Amino acid sequence: MTQTTSQRTAPEQVPAPDIIAATGLLKMYGDFAAVNGISFAVRPGEFFGLLGPNGAGKTTTIRMITCVSPVTGGELLVDGMPVQEAPREIKSLLGVVPQENNLDAELSVRQNLRVFARYFDLPSKEAEHRIDEVLNFFQLAEKQNDRIDELSGGLKRRLTIARGLINAPKIMILDEPTTGLDPQAKHLVWQKLRQLRTRGVTMLLTTHYMDEAEHLCDRIVIMDHGKIIAEGTPRGLIDEHAAEDVVEVHMGGNDPAPVMNELMRHSDLRIERFEDILYVYKPRDSVFEPKRIEGLVDRLVYRRANLEDVFLKLTGRALVE
Amino acid sequence: MTAVAIPRTFRLRKPDITFRAIRIWQRNRDVYFNIWRSELIWPFVEPFLTILALGVGLAGFVEIEGYDEYIEYFGPAMLAVFPMWSATAECAWGSFVRLDARTFDAAISTPVSVDEVTTGEILWASTRALIGVLYVMVIVAVFGGISSPWALAIIPFAVIPGFMFAAISLAYTAIARSTSSLNYFFATYVTPQFWLAGVFFPLSEMPRWVGVVAWFTPAYHVVRIYRGVATGHVEASYLIDLAWIAVVGSAAYLLAIHLMRRRLIK
Repeated sequence: MTQTTSQRTAPEQVPAPDIIAATGLLKMYGDFAAVNGISFAVRPGEFFGLLGPNGAGKTTTIRMITCVSPVTGGELLVDGMPVQEAPREIKSLLGVVPQENNLDAELSVRQNLRVFARYFDLPSKEAEHRIDEVLNFFQLAEKQNDRIDELSGGLKRRLTIARGLINAPKIMILDEPTTGLDPQAKHLVWQKLRQLRTRGVTMLLTTHYMDEAEHLCDRIVIMDHGKIIAEGTPRGLIDEHAAEDVVEVHMGGNDPAPVMNELMRHSDLRIERFEDILYVYKPRDSVFEPKRIEGLVDRLVYRRANLEDVFLKLTGRALVE
Repeated sequence: MTAVAIPRTFRLRKPDITFRAIRIWQRNRDVYFNIWRSELIWPFVEPFLTILALGVGLAGFVEIEGYDEYIEYFGPAMLAVFPMWSATAECAWGSFVRLDARTFDAAISTPVSVDEVTTGEILWASTRALIGVLYVMVIVAVFGGISSPWALAIIPFAVIPGFMFAAISLAYTAIARSTSSLNYFFATYVTPQFWLAGVFFPLSEMPRWVGVVAWFTPAYHVVRIYRGVATGHVEASYLIDLAWIAVVGSAAYLLAIHLMRRRLIK
């Protein structure tokens, strides 16, 4: 594709081709559709989030994108290439950070990176240079001769992401990159991912943490039972699916009946009950005065609606085992 | 655009192998260099004790027709069975640990294919057989079990049966669910070959069916060839043993490729 001046002045007329494009993507395990005909597109340079409860099909989708799980049906293009036809070419463009650490416990930090550089056929001189670069970027240079089992969870995670960068990938695939990390480690990882995004690397992220998706993603899709049930920017989804304010009504041991009576008088409220908490979703222009029920309950918590509210509204509060 | 639906092609596709198989071999070599000190003693001690006990201790009580010394009979067979252990163990315990630690999942998320993982594992285990045969060759030679310079040809040749033993082992490991299922493999396949595949005594001394069963074991054919070469008596019938090794080795390799795909590509 040639870039012309007119294109630069009017980029909306010729959008860059999608770097990941799924059309009717299907993955069957026997009779079970793990991914049930989903369509979505990731644009180059975008930070794209794939959210959903356990078993929604996120990891299966990622495994198909990374060419380690055959597609049952539909079309899946990565950088314009079908995954069935060009797995090697596609995999050479990807930096994959799996959900579970699969660092090589029998090798040192530096050796782990060296083995990976060889998998990508980097010439050894370039490999050593890249290794130094990613070690420095993730502040791991001092640990380069350590054994893997000597590293903390946060360091292992950083090393796994660093390993995914060894081939200077065009697309990073991050499957729950911060699960199990303490806040310090998590924020460091976030900062590094944002930094990579500014360098133009396309990011595809799955996460269970809505704050993470809200913080990092330009655009997200929410999956449930193998299907996409919502798509948009984090802010757009909140505006569309959740009211602007949330009042959490903690009942304690109090009788919910009088509270419900009061709430039911306002038809613009959406109320969800979960165990001993009532979640009251309240449009900003609602005349409902939470103070009126203050005496009837244990505790009231006011907050703005967030992505987690959207997620729970769409996928339900029931526990997914 | 038309939908491309080609399910199950992964299973039927022909092996997808390039030079990248060497990348997996290199990974295993790097690990070996990290731990070589602890790997130094075991491949030496076991053959040494076995050959000492049988070649010096038991030898005085044993006479085998056509052989002056007992060590000349069972020594060359040691060159077959100890490397069999090395290659088999590498693709059993070794590969299982790597499967379990998701080392292969990590590799196939890069341009390395699952068939190259399989091939690299088997090539590395063949290399372990080569290292093993070097050890045993020295020990057997010191105890006087080598009577022909032709025996030196066994050293490079050892990678071929090594490949066969490794492929059989990896095919089993690809369907093993736990390390305890590997115990069955050793108890029912490896150990019986060690004792009963014509290593320590001629099978003519045993009930006829043992000889028939032994013919179907890989070690039997390797032992026959090595025994002949080490004593300088090469027969045309060894070509049948060679063909046996080639056929079984190739079949096991294709089976290992198929089963490793099933294990790693879901």
